[in-house]
Amino acid sequence: MSEAAPLLVCRDLTRHFGGLVALEGLDLELRKGEILGLIGPNGSGKTTFFNVLTGLYPPTRGEVLFAGESLTGVGPQAVYRAGITRTFQRSRLCLELSIFDNLAIGAHRLLDHGLWLNLLGRDALARQADATAAAARELLHVFDPPLAARLFEPTAGIPMIDRRRVEICRALMSHPRLLLLDEPSAGMTAEETAHLMDDILEVRRRFGDLTIVLIEHEMAVIARVTDRCLVLNYGRKLCQGTYAEVSADAEVRRAYLGLT
Amino acid sequence: MRFAPARVRPALAAAAIAAPSVLALYAFLSAESGTRVSLVLAGSVLAVLAGWRSGLLARLVRTADERALVVALALAALGLIRAFHDDPFVLLLLSRALLVLVACLGLHVQLADAGVPNFAGAAFFGVGGYTAAVLGRGTLPHPAVLLASGAVAAAVGSLLLLPLLRTRGHYAALITIAFGLLFRTFFEVNESLGGPQGLKLGGFRVLGFDFNDDRQLLGVDYSGFAFYCLAALALTLLAVAFVRRLERSWLGVALDAVRLDETAAACFGISIGKWKIAAFTLGNALIGVAGGLSAMMVGFIAPNNFTFQESLVLVSILLLGGLGNLAGLAVASLIVVGLPEKLQTIQEYRYLLFSVLVVLVLVLRPAGLIRRAVRRPFGSVLP
Repeated sequence: MSEAAPLLVCRDLTRHFGGLVALEGLDLELRKGEILGLIGPNGSGKTTFFNVLTGLYPPTRGEVLFAGESLTGVGPQAVYRAGITRTFQRSRLCLELSIFDNLAIGAHRLLDHGLWLNLLGRDALARQADATAAAARELLHVFDPPLAARLFEPTAGIPMIDRRRVEICRALMSHPRLLLLDEPSAGMTAEETAHLMDDILEVRRRFGDLTIVLIEHEMAVIARVTDRCLVLNYGRKLCQGTYAEVSADAEVRRAYLGLT
Repeated sequence: MRFAPARVRPALAAAAIAAPSVLALYAFLSAESGTRVSLVLAGSVLAVLAGWRSGLLARLVRTADERALVVALALAALGLIRAFHDDPFVLLLLSRALLVLVACLGLHVQLADAGVPNFAGAAFFGVGGYTAAVLGRGTLPHPAVLLASGAVAAAVGSLLLLPLLRTRGHYAALITIAFGLLFRTFFEVNESLGGPQGLKLGGFRVLGFDFNDDRQLLGVDYSGFAFYCLAALALTLLAVAFVRRLERSWLGVALDAVRLDETAAACFGISIGKWKIAAFTLGNALIGVAGGLSAMMVGFIAPNNFTFQESLVLVSILLLGGLGNLAGLAVASLIVVGLPEKLQTIQEYRYLLFSVLVVLVLVLRPAGLIRRAVRRPFGSVLP
């Protein structure tokens, strides 16, 4: 793939639920290493776009190309294997499992699931578990060093902000090429949000070529971390451009900010 | 305990759990009159409640080394076999409890690990038994017959895979219920498999050693059932080791993900269907092997032994033991199998009694007496 070719191309991506138009004719190109902000009022199709892209809903129409390969209509497993991972708007961690278990779920692609190794090759399994634990600690350490020390504790016992961090780390465990973040700041204070954004920028600095699509209602976050924004309204693209351009757009202000 | 060196504490805790449990079990098995049995039971229940309320039980369970506990309990079981060497009634009861435990370990892999309900446990137990009845007459060595029992139960279970994968929760449960009912009818009308009268089986034989024969060993007379009890114990240990290793591996992590959140699991590449199939098949294989050995031990098999009610009993053992708790499963198997035998007065009312117990557990302690523990790390470096 040449440098110029976009990492992700969506053409005419559409999803209807019966008569409801959740996403209509979305065209999108995403360059490698870019951070794209996805904004729009509630119900404007942002999460639907993530769900279609990750294969949870097949698109009604249109196509998805990722790194030159078609991902149109494939299942979520194939999307993950291609290198796209996500977080969820409402945290979907397995709370009764340990932090490590949740991160191991994120690393599924890298782990050996053979019967022989898992049931009888205990030394090889222990080595793999050690390596996975080391990778998990390193990743957690970027976000919050004390969290790395609690690796084998139940996820139910950690506060909301740490759960959000663990969820992002789970999405990063398999070294994805594209990370989809669905409202990472939901339910957090402004301070916590700022902290989380620092962490995400730090992660991107370390994993040089990581591309991110970020759904966010917190405009300060969008202004600070995104290279480009795309505004959705009623499932359709309203406009796109830098945050400064988008926030100056009269139509966007009317639809999203409620200004006249 | 607090003053014991940290190194021996886990072993001490294991001993502190095993010793009173085995003493209570011995008292229960040797009690002759109904009053005695009731006294032993009441005493055990009070002791468990006291240990539980004081937090001692939970602390012991947390500290205890699992391997030490299993070794201690296995040795204790050998001691019990020796103690009841010529009492076929007690030995048969113990063996049945152990084989029911193996079957419940199969259900445990399905329901507690993968979240796939199976209300046809008795049917798969029966498939294993009928396989042993048919193949046991031939020239196939009997250990291989047991493996075949597991394989046939797993293969018959694969008939259910398509509808099971298309449904969840109550609907999946209904499918297995329907299968359990069909199974019984199928064997009742199938004359080549004995119809409603069932089939007779020869005993379990390994290299000319017939498990049905009474024998004298080291000056002690052993009933044939002592050897079945040994075989059931060996099978139980294998099944426990299998389930434990399964759970403490990437396989256990993937099964947990499938059970707890299918959507999130799918977004991390975990194929829901593949893992449900694996758990359902492995579980049925365990149930089938237990059923095969059970049929050879009892020497007789008929459709009436594998009713829907028996399937419910297996599921209720799983719930009474606390979903995901192997030790609880062992205790529940012993109580559910042993109690009606030792306390003849409740024989008639056993389904009623167990139903009430299950309802009580589900209402009062849905997670079981002791909460399901978080998976221990299986790497070499402990935190």
